[in-house]
Amino acid sequence: MTLYIARRLVWTVVVVACVLAITFAVFYLLPAGDPALRFAGKNPTDTEIAAIHHRLGLDRPWYVQFGKFSKGFFVGDKYGWPGLGYTYAGQTSVKSLIIARAPRTLFLIAGASILWLLLGVSVGVLSAVKRRSPTDRLAMGFALFGISTPVFWLGLMALYIFWRQLGWTGGSGYVSPVDSITGFFSHMILPWIVLALLYAAFYARMTRNNLLETLGEDYIRTARAKGLSERKVIFKHGLRASLVPIVTMFGLDIALLVGGAIITESVFNLQGLGYLAINNALQQDLPVVLGVVLLASVAVALANLVVDILYAFIDPRVRYA
Amino acid sequence: MSPNSSAKLLDVRGLTVRFPTSDGVVQAVSDVSFSLERGETLGIGGESGSGKSVSNLAIMGLLNRNRAQVSGEVNFGGRDLLTIPSNDLRHIRGKDIAMVFQDPFACLHPMYRVGDQIAEAVTAHIDVGKAKAWERAEELLGRVGIPNAKSRARDYPHQFSGGMRQRAMIAMALVHNPDILICDEPTTALDVTVQAQIIDLIEDVKREFDIGVILVTHDLGVVAEVANSVMVMYAGRIMEYGPANEIFDRPQHPYAWGLLDSMPSVELRLEQLVPIEGSPPSLLSPPTGCPFHPRCRYRFEPCPTERPPLVAPAPEAHLDACHLPWETKVSEGAKRARSVAA
Repeated sequence: MTLYIARRLVWTVVVVACVLAITFAVFYLLPAGDPALRFAGKNPTDTEIAAIHHRLGLDRPWYVQFGKFSKGFFVGDKYGWPGLGYTYAGQTSVKSLIIARAPRTLFLIAGASILWLLLGVSVGVLSAVKRRSPTDRLAMGFALFGISTPVFWLGLMALYIFWRQLGWTGGSGYVSPVDSITGFFSHMILPWIVLALLYAAFYARMTRNNLLETLGEDYIRTARAKGLSERKVIFKHGLRASLVPIVTMFGLDIALLVGGAIITESVFNLQGLGYLAINNALQQDLPVVLGVVLLASVAVALANLVVDILYAFIDPRVRYA
Repeated sequence: MSPNSSAKLLDVRGLTVRFPTSDGVVQAVSDVSFSLERGETLGIGGESGSGKSVSNLAIMGLLNRNRAQVSGEVNFGGRDLLTIPSNDLRHIRGKDIAMVFQDPFACLHPMYRVGDQIAEAVTAHIDVGKAKAWERAEELLGRVGIPNAKSRARDYPHQFSGGMRQRAMIAMALVHNPDILICDEPTTALDVTVQAQIIDLIEDVKREFDIGVILVTHDLGVVAEVANSVMVMYAGRIMEYGPANEIFDRPQHPYAWGLLDSMPSVELRLEQLVPIEGSPPSLLSPPTGCPFHPRCRYRFEPCPTERPPLVAPAPEAHLDACHLPWETKVSEGAKRARSVAA
């Protein structure tokens, strides 16, 4: 098991390095304009442009730039480890920028994922057990609504109703839990619910389908034949086998949101990592984008690792394979 | 098959199972009656789709109540299992009537230890601690012939061979010393050498625990070895039912003849095997008259229109459902006589 984890960790590093190289290549080889023009003021002279190029390191060959960036990442730079360089725009540390924004996204994901897992799995189980009943139809109707409703619309509606009209929650923007714990919750509750609804709908459908499939298995008949209560048949024997694909999805969904919760972050003006990446991509601030992409790819790779380890705990056949 | 009903462990009367579907009603089992005594092995034979398994699932209450309509009577311990509350039936399942299924590879939960799954059968019906239940699981795994039962109980099903899994299923069925053990094609998925071991084990267990066994199989050879009585089913109906020695010495129904003709044995060479032409009918629209008549080489004028009742055609005969005259049944049956090992 230890060997297995070690091997997977090595692969994780390889994958992250590849992602890094690809992102760098996309920005370097397919430039949408010269980043230096942004900082050169109106009607810059060639010497001014060249000076800025030199300051940003853009006059060096691409492999030197990439080497410098990789070196900073693996051994650290003047801002410590891992070194992510500094932004073109403000000449501030990318790492500190990410550290400032990361909690917003991580809190968003944490709250939403707990909500959608609980809601999705329980609705899915209810639906499967009461198959073809009005409860099932209602639940699947809800799931269809959740899947087909755009987050930006749902988010704006939620803000309008619960903040502007009813005044039950805080509005858009982010309040740090250090400043005000109630303010934090009242500002986060809507983003959590809105983001969770979309995923809960997917999870409800997936749980229902998996569970229905599992309940048709021979070992479920065995469980009934030995006289187990229906509750045990469904929750102990049925749900356990249905969990495997759900765990996979859960790990990947969480990881993808690290850099991908952009719409939710924008609607609620949380200014998290996704927002940071988009903003800086538009301004061709390569180091910031690289930093966020790197973080997101590490998250995906680590989530994969965790999922695989969880597999081994859920399904003994994986453990001994 | 004594007329004294008090000796009967299980008495099934007029069991009928219907599955309504969008294409119409599938009548999987029609008017099936039989009984089982303590110490008896009842072999139920027939092709796939003859209603053997469905009958037993109906007895156990394991058919989905939303999809299957079950009627008739299943008398066990003075109660009709088809009408008692589902929670009472649950406590009979696995405790008084236990079941072993066809495919041991699919019947054990792949994610729980074998010992856990057996221990769970213990705690499903009696209030004992987990340690006690595990002890019982280990003891029974040893009893059904699993070497190093104590350590093997901690294994997962995929670490067991097919034969061992079927032994584990039998161990699971025995935890509460049941009255009846229903074995639904227990050897079909196993190697030939293992098949004999499992059948021997079932017989051993029957004697030791003094239980009644229902052995469902499409392989009449297996039935011939161990059954005391035999029921041959076709298209959801009983074609022939009687003591095993009579059925194998003097089979009365053309379908039983067909099954015996197509049964391989040591004496017969492959080219001497005679298959039954055609395939079993759709139960959505079964043939009129005798359900077997489209495939029957002996059919004559009444067969397509009149359904033969299940009766004894002569005082010395056992039950069959066939229009043929008794003399034909005697002469044709004698040609199929097999020496029965049991």
